[in-house]
Parts: sequence; C-alpha cells; structure tokens
Amino acid sequence: MSTNEKTIEIEVLRYRPEQDAAPFPQTYVVPYSDDMSVLQGLQYIKDQLDGTLSFRWSCRQAICGSCGVMIDGIPKLSCKSFLRDYAGKGRVRVEALANFPIERDLVIVMDSFVEKLESIKPYIIPKEPRPLSAGEYLQTPAQLDAYAQYSSCINCLLCYAACPQVGLSPDFVGPAALALLFRYNSDSRDGGAAQRMPVVGAESGAFHCTAVGYCSEVCPKGVDPASAVNQAKGASVREYFMGFLGKGGGK
Amino acid sequence: MSASDPRPAAPRAAPALPGVAGNPRRPYVRPMAGWWLRNPYFVRYMAREGTAVFVAAYALILLVGLVRLAQGEAAWNGWLEALRSPLSTILHLVFLAVFVFHTVTWFEVLPKTMPPLLVGGKRVAQSAITAGAIAVAAAASLALFGIVWGLTR
Ligand code: SF4
Ligand code: FES
Repeated sequence: MSTNEKTIEIEVLRYRPEQDAAPFPQTYVVPYSDDMSVLQGLQYIKDQLDGTLSFRWSCRQAICGSCGVMIDGIPKLSCKSFLRDYAGKGRVRVEALANFPIERDLVIVMDSFVEKLESIKPYIIPKEPRPLSAGEYLQTPAQLDAYAQYSSCINCLLCYAACPQVGLSPDFVGPAALALLFRYNSDSRDGGAAQRMPVVGAESGAFHCTAVGYCSEVCPKGVDPASAVNQAKGASVREYFMGFLGKGGGK
Repeated sequence: MSASDPRPAAPRAAPALPGVAGNPRRPYVRPMAGWWLRNPYFVRYMAREGTAVFVAAYALILLVGLVRLAQGEAAWNGWLEALRSPLSTILHLVFLAVFVFHTVTWFEVLPKTMPPLLVGGKRVAQSAITAGAIAVAAAASLALFGIVWGLTR
C-alpha cells in the first residue's frame, strides 16, 4: 500500500454464530479509489484482510438483488453504493439488512420471504386453457404499463429492511411480495386474482401497512411497492363490499 | 436410503460443534426497541401519526362549544371568551402549524393510495398530485376563512 493512497474505515457488524453470543462491530481500513463500490470494499476485506467475512453478492450491477445491506443505517445495494460518497466522514458502517435474522455477518436468513413470495403465486395463471397453437398473448402499451413497473422487482429486500411493520410483525407479507401480487393481478393475461386476494385481506396481509412509505423511497428499481400495497388494500375493500352485494367473484 | 435408491448420497452433515447440539445455525434477531428513532424518515412518520391526536383534541374543543351553546347564552359567551384568551391564541397558532404538517404529510401519501392518474395518456407525477391536493386544500381553507370573516364582520 503506497502512502498516498486514500483509505476509508469500513465498520462491519460481524456475527459468527459458532463463537459470538451477539453481533459486534469490527473496523477495517480499506484503500479505495473513486470508482470503488461498497461491495468492492467488502471484497477487498475478504481477499486481503480477513477471509472470514461473509456477505452475498453476484452480479455487481444492481440486477441480481443479492447484495443488499444497511449502509450507515439505510438499506442499499452495496454494488450500487460508492465508497467516495462516505469519504467525507472517513468511515462507513455496514450491517446486515434490518428486519431479518442474521445468519452470519452480512448474510440474512431470507426463508420467510421466499415463503411469502410463494404464497402470492408469482406467475401468470391463465384465464382459460390456451393451446400453444393460439400463439403469443398480445398486449397494448396501456396493458403493459398497468404492471410493468411492478415487474422490475429484483427481490433485493431493501423494502423489507425499510419497513418497520415487517420488523414488528414478521408475518406481514410485506412490500415486494404484495407488489408482485399486484403485478400479476394487474396483468391482462392473468386470471388468478381470486386466488391471490385472500393473501391481501388476511391477518398478515396488506392492512398491516400503515403507509410509512419508506419502502418506495429505498427501492433501487423504482417499483414503488407502497403504491401497490395501498392499491391492493383498495381492491380488497371493494371485493369485500361486492361480496355483500352478491357480486364477489374472488372468494 | 436403500441400496437401490438411484439418488446420489446426501452430502455429509456438518459435524456438530462443541457446545452446539446438532444444528450450528443460530440466527440472531435484532431488537426493534426504539426503531423509530433510527431514521429521520421514521421520526417524520411518527410525527405525522402523532398529529392525529391534535386533530382529535381540536374536535373535542369544538364539541365543548356545541355543548356550551346548548346550555344557553351565558355558557356560550363564556366559551367564546375563553377562546379569546392569549393562551388560546397561542394554542391556536400551534394547532395551525400542526394541522398544516398533518395535511402536507397525508397528501404526500395520497398518490400512493390511488391508481395512476392519466392525463392525455401520460402519468401525472406523484409530486404534482401532492402539490395539487395541497393547493386545493389551501384554496378551500382560504375561501372558508373569507366566508366566515365576511359573515361575522
Ligand atoms: S420492491 Fe424494490 S426494494 Fe423491494 S425487493 Fe423489489 S426491487 Fe427490492
Ligand atoms: S451484486 Fe447483484 S444487485 Fe448488487
């Protein structure tokens, strides 16, 4: 390391279940250049300073959704955050995504999310059987626009880390799963809304949301899960009252 | 696994660690206590929710006025007199500030609760919806103020 190299302190919340009773902060001094992401900082630590550090990553270009962490307390993709932006203070704090149990260091246990995702049936359920010979579905630009934004989700879980209701009630289906539920229900090719709506109205469903709105703020893909969750609430209320009028299709 | 089972043998389980019976996994759940102080966004959210208490309190003040009105002229005039006290004036300024915050923060949520607003086939920006709603609320308040002012002159 030459002496004129810029360095930054990266404080990582460590947790090694086989030896630590609780997480603890550990600070590493890392040389950096202006084009280095926080993920690259973590990789430097793992490769050069401390091979025991664990964290997830894959694409390093904000598309796989693996590298979410809390950076100075804010949920971010570590591959899309740059060390230069924290250079002013000379240090940056990195911690596993909030509202999830820590498996080890920066790795969270995300089984609960995968179960929630399965529960909303995140795939197109055709309205009626359709032979391959019928060819592809056609959609107008307006039909595409109805769900396109919600289909940009990369399952990075930043929105779960941003949602206090997820932390307070771990059963809450949560922003991304509800946004994907809304995405499929809004798709003109789909006929599965009736199967998904019970998830919205359930005890653990959309009404857990108190419109904090921070999920949409931190989403790196412009999904705006808060708008999906709150529109799903409206759809659920409409369905409930239509049920009284004997017009409810979604049982 | 029977000898005829064609599946490959399962990988050997990790050896049990000393002091950890069986499963060495020990997921750590971080406490939620004080969560709303961790991020300015949450503080603002709690303030928004908290302003509802002030709205309810002011509704009570108005309700007391109605009761005093039903009790006759003297009671009603007493209530009006109480509203004119310096303390009441200060309280009203506080209420006004709190209500403005309440209105603005709820209209910030408004665009999240409705389907996209299309004008000429284009989505209206969420910030424009919020700004429009605040403008309508301000105009309605001013109009109401003007009417009441005119009626009581
Ligand atoms: S909605 Fe946004 S923040 Fe949430 S998982 Fe999807 S991409 Fe990530
Ligand atoms: S490494 Fe794939 S999103 Fe960051």
